[in-house]
Amino acid sequence: MIIDLDKFITRERPYWERLESRLKKLEVDPEGRIPFEEVKQFHYLYRRTASGLAQIATYATDPQIRGYLENIVGRAYSEIYTIRDKTPRFHPLRWLWGTFPQTFRRHLALFLLSAAILLAGGVFGALAVALDSEAKPVLMPFSHLAGDPSERVAREERADGHERLEGHMAQFSSHLMTHNTKVAIFAMALGMSWGIGTVLLVFYNGAMLGAVILDYILAGESLFLTGWLLPHGAFEIPAILIGSQAGLVLASALIGRGQPISMRARLKAVRSDLVTLIGGGGLMLVWAGLIEAFFSQYHAPVLPYELKIGFGILELLLLALFLGLAGHSTVWWQRVTRRHPKKVV
Amino acid sequence: MDTLRGYQTVEIHTPEGVTFALPLAGPVVRFLAWITDLGCILALFSSAQALLMNLFSIIDADLGAAVGVFTYFAITLGYGIATEWWLRGQTLGKRLFRLRVLDLHGLRLRFSQVVIRNLLRAVDSLPLAYLVGGLACFGSRYRQRLGDIAANTIVVHQSEMALPDLAAITGGPFNSLRAFPHLTARLRQRVSPEEASIALTAVMRRNRLDPNARVALFAELASHFKAIVAFPVQTSEDIPDEQYMRNVVDVLFCKPAA
Repeated sequence: MIIDLDKFITRERPYWERLESRLKKLEVDPEGRIPFEEVKQFHYLYRRTASGLAQIATYATDPQIRGYLENIVGRAYSEIYTIRDKTPRFHPLRWLWGTFPQTFRRHLALFLLSAAILLAGGVFGALAVALDSEAKPVLMPFSHLAGDPSERVAREERADGHERLEGHMAQFSSHLMTHNTKVAIFAMALGMSWGIGTVLLVFYNGAMLGAVILDYILAGESLFLTGWLLPHGAFEIPAILIGSQAGLVLASALIGRGQPISMRARLKAVRSDLVTLIGGGGLMLVWAGLIEAFFSQYHAPVLPYELKIGFGILELLLLALFLGLAGHSTVWWQRVTRRHPKKVV
Repeated sequence: MDTLRGYQTVEIHTPEGVTFALPLAGPVVRFLAWITDLGCILALFSSAQALLMNLFSIIDADLGAAVGVFTYFAITLGYGIATEWWLRGQTLGKRLFRLRVLDLHGLRLRFSQVVIRNLLRAVDSLPLAYLVGGLACFGSRYRQRLGDIAANTIVVHQSEMALPDLAAITGGPFNSLRAFPHLTARLRQRVSPEEASIALTAVMRRNRLDPNARVALFAELASHFKAIVAFPVQTSEDIPDEQYMRNVVDVLFCKPAA
């Protein structure tokens, strides 16, 4: 059967044009509310145009008319079949106290794996500094760490030692926050290399950290080192590890060992978790940046080391409690409500 | 996957049983859109920096510098996320080049998809100028960079198309074949939909053909259709083969009013 193209177009064109004009309105004002009657009409126009496309595709393979109809049917299809408005409203506090720690615990094994890789890197860095004197300049990340630790401690413990950052602390803090967040994002993004890039990045950071720690321990500056690193490191290192945890989540979804679903389905299943983990890690890095710039840089006698170490330990404890326990009650409540559903009268 | 108007496409099957194709955007046009976005980011950053840094520097110069660092970070990271979310899969560059990011199933994006595909620019942009992303795009079935693969998204062309003018492609008001209604009815009866569609496609694409190929193609088509139904000689003796085929298409696809 050959379609009467002229008659067909003359009859259907007004419907196509109406659908097009409604699509344009929707595209200009995506958040605008549409009356129910208009929604029904939009749906009708979509179905009529889709049916026109089916007729054209079956009875006349004219590429131009088909292209025109595919264009408007495709645009209308995405408007009709996306249930974006049913996405739950974002509640920042509920997310912070529930979703984030729950997501963290759901992938705890991968966080522990990241921590183990960091530790392995740390051991490697420490051994490298202990066994090879040439390793230090290669592994030390910043110039102020490359010198003699005792000289640095003496310089920074002087009465005016903390004044080197006066007038630059806010800038320093914002630089730390943004830089570390970029590192955490990078650790997550490298998950697309089947996790190899994430593992290498964490290992390398561990090696740098291990080298610095052993260098200060060998110089007899353990107290300074703990007082300097712990207040901000208590949040910074777990945050970077959460970034790499997200990277390993992504990698495991890509590899999908033992999971009988497609890669697309696996990636879809972890997408929200990735956003949650990187968002939570980013927030932790904001806190770490503030502490590093405004607290960690002050040493004894301005701030006693005991106070700084105590503060760092307190932070670690609170963070462990938060990540380990927060959101549990929500899960408990969900279980209870699932077992005893409300009676509908 | 198929091709449509020279583009690679992804086929979407709707619950109504209709299939349509979305033309995928290639790495080159996406790169041009990204260059445009880069310009937008720089312009946005320059104006925001001038405004915010000066404003906060009145309070404290250090605070002003900190705001500058934050502004740069927020704009570079947030531009793609904010625009693709609010403009439904389009950044300003993509809008200029009529591109749109969609879910792989042709649906609109969810927020997590927008965030993931933008955060993964960190690896796609390696080592410089989106080399990794570009290579992934060339190698991918749906022309996806790594961020698209992770977020299950595709970038499609969404140019507005106009309906073809049928009067320009068919025989027009003076169609000599219409003088023989019994023969035109026989032609419509004997010609298969495939043959009709070949004739229509040839007429619609005639201006894109090489002149010699055009003459040869229409000569072959005309002789084929003349063999199906033999119209009186006077209907075709004074007109070129191309006009004869336009008359045939007119007869096949536009029935006379009852």
